[in-house]
Amino acid sequence: MAVLVARPAAVRPDGGDRRRGLLCRAGSRAGGLVLLLVLLLGVCLLSLRVGSVELSAQTVWRAFTDFDGSNEHLIVTSLRLPRTLIGLGVGAALAVAGAVMQAVTRNPLAGPDILGVNAGAAFAIVTAVFLLGVVSPSMYVWFAFAGAAVTTVLVYGIGSVGRTGPSPVKLALAGVVVTSLLGSWTSGVLVFNERTLDEVRFWLAGSLAGRDLGVFWQVSPFLVGGTVVGLLLTRQLNALALGEDVSRSLGQRTALVRAGCAVLVVLLAGGAVAAAGPIGFVGLAVPHVARALVGPDHRWLVPYAAVLGPVLLIAADVVGRVVARPAELQAGIVTAIVGAPFRIHLARRRKLAGL
Amino acid sequence: MATPPVEHARPRPDAGPRRLTVRSRRVPVSARLSVRTAALGAVVAALALAAAAWTMTLGEFPVPLSDVLASTFGVGTADPAHDFVVRTLRLPRVLAALLAGAALAASGAVFQGLVRNPLVAPDVIGVNAGASLVAVYLIVVTGSALLLPAGAFAGALVTAFAVYAFTWRRGISGSRLVLVGIGVNAVLGSLTTLILVRYPVEEIAPAVLWTTGTLYGADWRDVTVLVVGLGVLLPPAFWLTRHLTALQLGDDTARSLGVRAEPARAALITVGAGLAATAVAVAGPIGFVALIAPHIARMLAGPLTGGVLLLSASVGALLLAASDLVAQHAFAAVSLPAGLVTAAVGAPYFLFLLYRSNRLS
Repeated sequence: MAVLVARPAAVRPDGGDRRRGLLCRAGSRAGGLVLLLVLLLGVCLLSLRVGSVELSAQTVWRAFTDFDGSNEHLIVTSLRLPRTLIGLGVGAALAVAGAVMQAVTRNPLAGPDILGVNAGAAFAIVTAVFLLGVVSPSMYVWFAFAGAAVTTVLVYGIGSVGRTGPSPVKLALAGVVVTSLLGSWTSGVLVFNERTLDEVRFWLAGSLAGRDLGVFWQVSPFLVGGTVVGLLLTRQLNALALGEDVSRSLGQRTALVRAGCAVLVVLLAGGAVAAAGPIGFVGLAVPHVARALVGPDHRWLVPYAAVLGPVLLIAADVVGRVVARPAELQAGIVTAIVGAPFRIHLARRRKLAGL
Repeated sequence: MATPPVEHARPRPDAGPRRLTVRSRRVPVSARLSVRTAALGAVVAALALAAAAWTMTLGEFPVPLSDVLASTFGVGTADPAHDFVVRTLRLPRVLAALLAGAALAASGAVFQGLVRNPLVAPDVIGVNAGASLVAVYLIVVTGSALLLPAGAFAGALVTAFAVYAFTWRRGISGSRLVLVGIGVNAVLGSLTTLILVRYPVEEIAPAVLWTTGTLYGADWRDVTVLVVGLGVLLPPAFWLTRHLTALQLGDDTARSLGVRAEPARAALITVGAGLAATAVAVAGPIGFVALIAPHIARMLAGPLTGGVLLLSASVGALLLAASDLVAQHAFAAVSLPAGLVTAAVGAPYFLFLLYRSNRLS
């Protein structure tokens, strides 16, 4: 008979405690990362196979090695592959952006979606479609990028004025108000212009579908480059997470690092929203999950986030294809619904500073 | 005796603003109003009425002010067309703007007092989003406007209590309420988007119009909804603000002052959410009035009391009536939704407030 004995955390044989995460040895952390990569591979394969037409792994494989122009092969290469690649890039970008923001602001509730990135991008796209008659998604990308970048800087600036710096509540309020201002302009335009509404509403839901490889190639330099830079900056993030003074006394040029991180977040979040539309929650939640696994050391946290982000986003996309058959739920809506309890839990759990 | 009688009515230099005590012998109700607040309230209300009267003279079919007043008060005018335009088309819209503005502002004042955070309003914590979700569903899926006010009202109220319940953890903390509310707001927003991407564009267009917040097409039925809503909710809001002062000192102090903290807070949330819901049910999710009007009222008259609540309501009425005036007539060719104007004015003002409160902190 199995006897379960509750073991207090303090006497765990590996000496680990919760603050350092579940995996606390370098070996187990590396192993975990490999496992996650395998998981990511599996999710990608699912993403190539599952949908309105179910395909076998063999068919998927042949579509790459032995392309014969059949419908099945076309579905894989022209629909599902771009979708999966965009999921990879966007998921990693959002998660790394979230991790960097949480480190720089030392704020557990920071995340790209809170900073009005999405509203800024939507605003720019709607304005572009309405005023300039832009119709091609490949032009969307640049407007979305610019809108996201400007809004991020604006909200962060508004939210962090003052001696206390960017407190969670201040940032969130600045974000939500800028979002509602831009949102009201956006819907004002949409009221008067049904064509724009029709063009834009699918983008507004946040989705990996309907983007071709061209969009991916346009954005991938930002997504991939940003993710790589994020992975290289982890030591600086570790220092910065200790606070301004400590980090400076460790010899870091904090202003420079902060500015670099800000540029990085703008590139990552802007690129992500340009490619996939407003996808919430991934950037907020994934760093928390990674922290629960490996603790606060950014040398592990950021790589974990970079792998967990795409796992989560692609899984949400696959779920969205399955639950509402024959139609699809947009990935952004799936992540919002799945993320709600997490978000509320986070708001309840933390001891948060007031204004 | 030679000494003159003491004159109690004269303001003593240390006594703060002069107050007026209103008391009835029949009904066990009394209220103390600052004379200054009452006077300010009257002035602002008069301005709101003036804006309303001006609005009614404007339009494709100009009506002179004398006829507007005559029609409004039922005297009847020489030109029956004027009667029709004023009484059927313009008066309900203008009244709806005044009353919805008042309801939103009173709701904002209650929430801000309750959460002790001057930057909170029902539109920030998801109450408007809850109403919008239900309204968009009703417009797009059922295509009928009949249930709209009731549905939007229910959506707002349910959201307010959901946010309250999610925030409750051995009491309510202001910043937790904001963060939970913003989260709920995001989810409701994306559910609304979900509806908007699933139906053909012709069917969702009216719903999108509704979500911008507009008084377009307000009729007497809407006015009735607002009158009933304000009539039922404003007196308790006025009465409950005295508890607000005690609650702001902290739960323990409030309890020692004889205020049961949790029931009082639940009552205040019900009243605040109900007021917002009434306005949203009629006019859609008009933003920023609930946020700004209480600020202006406090700037004019000091911290929230029953009198300042009424002043807020007047300011709200003025804000929305003026916004609707601008939205309808300032841009000759198009008539904008009023919510666009309130957002365009309100968001910069809010950001300024946030900036200032950051500088001070």
